[in-house]
Amino acid sequence: MSDPTPQQMHSTFNPRVVAFMCNWCSYTASDLAGTARIKYSPYARIVRVMCSGRVDPTLVLKAFALGADGVMIAGCHPGDCHYVEQNYKTIRSVTMLRFFLEKMGIDKDRLRLVWASAAEGQYLAESIDQFVADVRQMGPLNWSANWEEAERPTDDWEELARDTACVEVPV
Amino acid sequence: MIQRGSQLRIGVYICHCGSNIAGTIDVEALATWAGELPDVVLSRHYKYMCSDPGQELVKRDIQEFDLNRIVVAACSPSLHEPTFRRAAENAGLNRFLVQMANIREQVSWVTDDREAAFVKAQAHVAAAIRRVAGHEPLQRQFVQIRPRTLVVGGGIAGIQAALTLAEAGKDVVLVEREPSIGGHMAMFDKTFPTLDCAACILTPKMTAVRQHPNIKLLTYSTVEAVEGSVGSYRVRIRRRPRYVDESLCVGCMLCIEGCVFTKARFPNPFDQGLGSRKPIWVPFAQAVPPVPVIDPDVCLELARGKCQKGCVTACGERDAIRFDQEEVVEECEVGTIIVATGFRPFDPSVIPYYGYGKYPNVYTSLEVERLLNAGGPTAGRLVLRDGSTPQRIGIVHCVGSRDRNYHPYCSRVCCMYSLKLAHLVREKTGAEVYNCYIDIRTPGKGFEEFYNRVQNEGVHFVRGKVADISQAGPVDRPEHSDGHNRLTMSVEDTLLGALRKIDVDMVILSVALEPQEDAGDVRRAFGISCSADGFFLEKHPKLAPVNTASDGVFLAGACQGAKDIPDTVAQADAAAAKALALMDAGQVELEPNTAWIEEEMCSGCKTCIPLCPYQAIRRDEERNIAVIDQALCKGCGTCVAACPSGAAKQHLFSEEQVYAELEGLMSYV
Repeated sequence: MSDPTPQQMHSTFNPRVVAFMCNWCSYTASDLAGTARIKYSPYARIVRVMCSGRVDPTLVLKAFALGADGVMIAGCHPGDCHYVEQNYKTIRSVTMLRFFLEKMGIDKDRLRLVWASAAEGQYLAESIDQFVADVRQMGPLNWSANWEEAERPTDDWEELARDTACVEVPV
Repeated sequence: MIQRGSQLRIGVYICHCGSNIAGTIDVEALATWAGELPDVVLSRHYKYMCSDPGQELVKRDIQEFDLNRIVVAACSPSLHEPTFRRAAENAGLNRFLVQMANIREQVSWVTDDREAAFVKAQAHVAAAIRRVAGHEPLQRQFVQIRPRTLVVGGGIAGIQAALTLAEAGKDVVLVEREPSIGGHMAMFDKTFPTLDCAACILTPKMTAVRQHPNIKLLTYSTVEAVEGSVGSYRVRIRRRPRYVDESLCVGCMLCIEGCVFTKARFPNPFDQGLGSRKPIWVPFAQAVPPVPVIDPDVCLELARGKCQKGCVTACGERDAIRFDQEEVVEECEVGTIIVATGFRPFDPSVIPYYGYGKYPNVYTSLEVERLLNAGGPTAGRLVLRDGSTPQRIGIVHCVGSRDRNYHPYCSRVCCMYSLKLAHLVREKTGAEVYNCYIDIRTPGKGFEEFYNRVQNEGVHFVRGKVADISQAGPVDRPEHSDGHNRLTMSVEDTLLGALRKIDVDMVILSVALEPQEDAGDVRRAFGISCSADGFFLEKHPKLAPVNTASDGVFLAGACQGAKDIPDTVAQADAAAAKALALMDAGQVELEPNTAWIEEEMCSGCKTCIPLCPYQAIRRDEERNIAVIDQALCKGCGTCVAACPSGAAKQHLFSEEQVYAELEGLMSYV
């Protein structure tokens, strides 16, 4: 976890993070972190899915709508998917979703994609700590309450198309 | 049977797990809190829910209180989900109406903050309660197991597993990449601590493999692709051309004599390059199958198309030499797979200060095994490259092991094989032997006794990691006037508290065991993971040591981690027993979480079809809808995530169920 800086407005704020984890790699890694008694932030709540590819964008939006300040999706490393190649589809949907989150008034960095193999309990714990620290720095989201006041997303489709052409692909 | 919408009666059970959970989480308060949530009829806490009385509690409550949903907040579902599903089923409840909340591995064990742990436990319990409310009873699905096993790797692990299975009457396909089975064990001279001759105990097993009617042996072959799942795997095996017809060859080896190359002049990989071979060769005398193989890169006929073909003449009427042989791909169907692909020795040339590859008299342990072996390049004489016999020999332990620059792990076998080599080289040459070690690790039956024996034989032990090996001019000792270069090992003797420089004629590097070079490709082909050290990952380090994350795929031997021959053989038999258990049961339960299409909602957009890596989804042209084959679906749920109309659904992971879980996770606290 990075040290708090004076600029850190929300150092006492404990975010609520939802972490979707695939059954085969990341959920097993989180079990391993537990077995090894590796301590990490208790503010991440874990949802087991069979594959990160199952994480429908609406599940992420649902988590934000229900009050999550950050959402993490954790899956097998590229090439190591238990279901051959489904985590590549996760990359696609997360890329798309991060773009739309911005349009919906959510900082795209509140959604993070992490690859953690079944042996990487330590790494997963560190990733959760880092994400919780980053979300803490971003402050509370309170999306559903702010939604009414926020500006409506753009209807400018040309702008949308332009932005889409240069979305980053997480590696 | 409970129908959706009928009254929910949920029972919640909070496990103490001794003090594992109760030490961090106030289980009593958690149970009281959970008892007041909607639809919860009763909420209990108990010391060990997985114990018989704990399971009895659930069973009794289901019958007494007419419970129709169960939540157990305890350890990871990967440990005890089957336990509680079975308990519910025994009490007459559908086994899929049970949900676990993981409050041990994911809560009590990973934080010291009791307050935050309690809140997180509340969230996980509430999520499980909300989620299980939406569970529906499901039928268990089973698949037949084909009574045939693929064993990948023909070392001692693969040989042992194949023989055990074959003797139990099962069909086995044994695939080996090299021209002969035998693996590393066939290269060794003796085995520790009994000093059995490796070949004497291995070759009968190799012959048994060849002769067993239930074993189909495919050497010089590799597994190219694996499809399917437990019960019926389709395997594609690439068979490299030997250029000698296995069915016609009788193993007389006259072709090798007849080869136009009168001298063997190409390095023999089986002898670690210390010996040489002809273009047509067998790795060693007892090779199984005893069929030569032609190296197309150096064979005159194959490389240049012009040769007198002495081999063909020597073979005569048998006519087994086939220059037109081509690579073929064979397909076979098996029900279970045992991966026994072994290890490779660490290459010490990457450690510059040991001078391997630079100083001719620095050898690896495996090279010395070949020198000591009567079937090896020197017919068992331990001689240096210049033909002289070493008088002083240094053995460097932990080369590449227990070293954060290379492999942090202990390779487990090096101490023992170093002791064995110390004994053997002293026996053969009478040389002074210096073993430089960090720690001597001899945990095993008869191992410590062997260590004592070698100590008493007069082998020197120097406790310290060798820092440098240098070569400083010709040897000046009178008995060595033949001019070969002396090596100096610099080592801090930590028991003496002094830096020592030990002059030797030969250095043996006791190299680490590391994963095979292509371990990454192998594990991807079979859908298995690896641990941080690169060795294949077992399903559970203690309780499922031969299983993998893929059902029906088992591990045996050093591909799972460095181990000695007794442990390898034990693990191979364990893997064979696991495969046998599956085959004898005849069927295995499938994952219940397959995807399905709600037909009225499907618009036939075909979004889902290309997303499926198993081709489980096809389009019903007549009705213009997608159809998912339940036998092919593995239950990842990617099609469900992508379906724009919500027609694709996943058992146990439907949108409603995950939404409900999220609501529980976020709403109560």
